[in-house]
Amino acid sequence: MSDTWIVVVVVSVVTIAIKALGPMLLGGRPLPDGITGVVVLLAPALLAALVTVNTVGGDRELVVDARLPGVLAAALAIRLRAPVLVVVLVAAAVTAIIRAVSG
Amino acid sequence: MSDAARPERTHRDGVRAVAPLAVAVVGFGISYGVLARAAGMGLVAPIVMSMATFAGSSQFAAASILDAGGTVAASVTAAVLLNARYAPIGVSVAPSLSGSWWSRFLHAQLVVDETWAVAAEGEGRFNPRVLVGAGLTLYAAWVLGTVMGVTFGDVIGDPDRLGLDAAFPALFLALLVPQLTNRRAVEAAVLGAAIALALTPFTPAGAPIIAASAACLLGLRRSPDEEPSA
Repeated sequence: MSDTWIVVVVVSVVTIAIKALGPMLLGGRPLPDGITGVVVLLAPALLAALVTVNTVGGDRELVVDARLPGVLAAALAIRLRAPVLVVVLVAAAVTAIIRAVSG
Repeated sequence: MSDAARPERTHRDGVRAVAPLAVAVVGFGISYGVLARAAGMGLVAPIVMSMATFAGSSQFAAASILDAGGTVAASVTAAVLLNARYAPIGVSVAPSLSGSWWSRFLHAQLVVDETWAVAAEGEGRFNPRVLVGAGLTLYAAWVLGTVMGVTFGDVIGDPDRLGLDAAFPALFLALLVPQLTNRRAVEAAVLGAAIALALTPFTPAGAPIIAASAACLLGLRRSPDEEPSA
């Protein structure tokens, strides 16, 4: 089997298993009280990390590029209560325009 | 946030919630297809990977490491590290998924960051129908994009030109803000962002996001003064 196919098969099988783990073992049962308090904070913690990494994350470095003004414009759109579609479009448009202008 | 009077959301609401992102996901899939092709992964393997893995950032990482001449072990490790967050995410979704083991298994496969976030109903509950609607929409977009990328990526050019890479953090931000309904959630978000920011220069991709999930341990603290979030 070629290197490519080893990567494809191993990554796919492991990812499927990771995703299935919680729902297969714990599915349909409420989590213990102490755990619920922790799990409800997972969304804000992970979403904030995803915003950060996708805005200024590079390959083992922090990179300030056209993504940052795009996301700041999105933040303004959210502040003005724009619908999600508009928020996403504003971010892409601002980033694209800055890239086009800066060549 | 949750409101008993609000009509229950359906599959259609899931489709609608991620529709703005579907175009960006197609673009992201195209970039993956182009990169995978350039990395010498061929025509079929990248498509099979998108169909089986359905986790974009990890596939990108795996392909970029192969492209840079990295080893199979390095490529697999990076991808698995990036997907490790789906273990705690899976635990958070688990109580909302009832039904047979294979139904739970299939629902679990449709969980990606975006579908998980739009399916959240507050108080740790998730709507399985919204998850399926959103999941199938983005799955179709992801696989379609990959097919387009590997087959005629050269004609399309670089999707980053269109600013599509900024669409993802914008969506995550739009999903984060409504979650910030109490002090604890704000603290968890600030801490999560700070951890990710601090670790990014020093750790392989994926590690900062997994480490940031530790910010949810703030939930172990007792705070009698906190108002119940409604």
